[in-house]
Amino acid sequence: MLKATNLSKAYSVGSLGREKFYAVDNVNFEIQEREIVSLIGESGSGKTTIGKLILRLTKPTSGKIVFNDLDITMLKSLKEYYKHVQGIFQDPFSSYNPIFKVDRVFDMVREEFYPSESVNSWKEKVTGVIESIGLNPKEVLGKFPHQLSGGQLQRLLIARALLMETKFLVADEIISMLDASTRIDILNILVKLKERGLSVLFITHDLSLGYYISDKTVILYRGSIMEYGDTEKIFNNSAHPYTKMLLNSIPSLHQKWSNTDASLSGRSAPVGYCKFYDRCPLGDERCKNIELRKVEENHFAACKNV
Amino acid sequence: MSEIMFFAFRNAKLRMGLIIVLFFLLLGIFGPMISKYQDPLDYVGQGYQPPSKEHWLGTTTFGQDVFTQLVYGIRSSFFVGLVGGGIATIIGLVIGFLAGYEGGWLDELLMMLTNILLVIPTLALLIIVAAYLPYRGVFIQSIIIGLTAWPWTARAVRSQTLSLRTREFVNLARISGRSHMKIILYEVLPNMMSYVFMVFILQFGGAILAAVGLDFIGLGPSRGISIGLMLQNAVLWNAIQLGMWWWAIPPGLVITLVVGALYFMNVGLDEVFNPRLREM
Repeated sequence: MLKATNLSKAYSVGSLGREKFYAVDNVNFEIQEREIVSLIGESGSGKTTIGKLILRLTKPTSGKIVFNDLDITMLKSLKEYYKHVQGIFQDPFSSYNPIFKVDRVFDMVREEFYPSESVNSWKEKVTGVIESIGLNPKEVLGKFPHQLSGGQLQRLLIARALLMETKFLVADEIISMLDASTRIDILNILVKLKERGLSVLFITHDLSLGYYISDKTVILYRGSIMEYGDTEKIFNNSAHPYTKMLLNSIPSLHQKWSNTDASLSGRSAPVGYCKFYDRCPLGDERCKNIELRKVEENHFAACKNV
Repeated sequence: MSEIMFFAFRNAKLRMGLIIVLFFLLLGIFGPMISKYQDPLDYVGQGYQPPSKEHWLGTTTFGQDVFTQLVYGIRSSFFVGLVGGGIATIIGLVIGFLAGYEGGWLDELLMMLTNILLVIPTLALLIIVAAYLPYRGVFIQSIIIGLTAWPWTARAVRSQTLSLRTREFVNLARISGRSHMKIILYEVLPNMMSYVFMVFILQFGGAILAAVGLDFIGLGPSRGISIGLMLQNAVLWNAIQLGMWWWAIPPGLVITLVVGALYFMNVGLDEVFNPRLREM
């Protein structure tokens, strides 16, 4: 359904922009219909950039993104694409223009995508969708963003995506700003949507959330994919040292954190080497030019030991 | 909104500034009607007359009525402020929004233009342009002032836009299929209304001062009267040395009061819009 091929995004850094910094470096992945794929990585690993590339909020440096046989990489008129591909962002409070009422995000959809719809029938539609995701329309409509909770705002954004013929949703850390009790509600809404035929790219830094919700998992490190495949396989039979380190760093009861080695190093890997080289306990000269290799069916890892 | 109105009316600086500006605005609008003489340049009485019942602010060396000149001058000053300040604000906003929102080569190009205009001494440019015009009127003068006063507004608006465009609601509007124009007008601009309002007030005062400066060095309107022209004439005919304070003081006082009140309003508005600056 959505396929990214050799996707890269580089930013110019240094004096006069002579050096390139790759936020996303040669990434390949594919998302099928009715599939939740979680994109897991630490801060700065390029996961948000990938989300923005899919939503075309920024253009890739190279590579391409194909959605249902439509190459959107350099597409000029994106309106038709946005009818089917939508996004929700991390911070619910800054997703709404603070000086307008929340209803405006729905009105915007009507104005841009369904101008022929009458105001009243649109209102009915909005009310119906809001009810379907477990909110009381009377409590949320006509309010300003600061009068609602983060969970309510985030659910309204999901409702907004449902008003369109959305087939693919980019959910960029949508629950990281919410408290634990609201989180599970939102996750369950996403799972329900999947049953309705929606695909979701679930961007997160939280392994347990990714495990809870997703069919497939992509582990990202410094813009490159380290491991990719079925969620069960990655969590139970991880092949890459980085994935193993991440799994070890999940806080669990009755276990002190000091036993886990997850140190950061300021160095970066030499050119051509595996991005994880400088932090990897197994790093040696064989870590050069590592591509994704097959571990087992639907499970790939970029490590020499595979 | 109601909260802003509440703090606006409670703010002493804003209230004072507004009252002074409104007073002179009304004087500029209705002054010509209450003054006894129609033409400010007409010779209506004896020269060298101090203020009296006949001539409220006395007469000039040639017997022109100073009060009539003053109210017409105030009128033209407000006109310059409105048109010149308005043009400068609009150009500054358009260039700032485009450069800040679109970025890339357009940003580079517009900012290059802005920076060039910023380093050219404006007064020197105004003198040259004004000197080449065959006929100078208040309107042409306001346009010249407006066309040269916008650069710092453009820079400030650009930097505000840069920070607003990275907010998520702009991204949400983008994936709602909104065009760039609509995003700038409906998402970015409403968040900057308070700022735009203040910019206009500052440009208004700036344009009035620039016009007075031009008039004073002899590049004022070649027909009609203005506050700057009054000042120039008063200095030219040694009003101060001859003890004709009624000719030299009023125009200077009016300019000081109006521009000062505008700056007061600006500081007051700053406090209204920014809670951290409010004096409790």
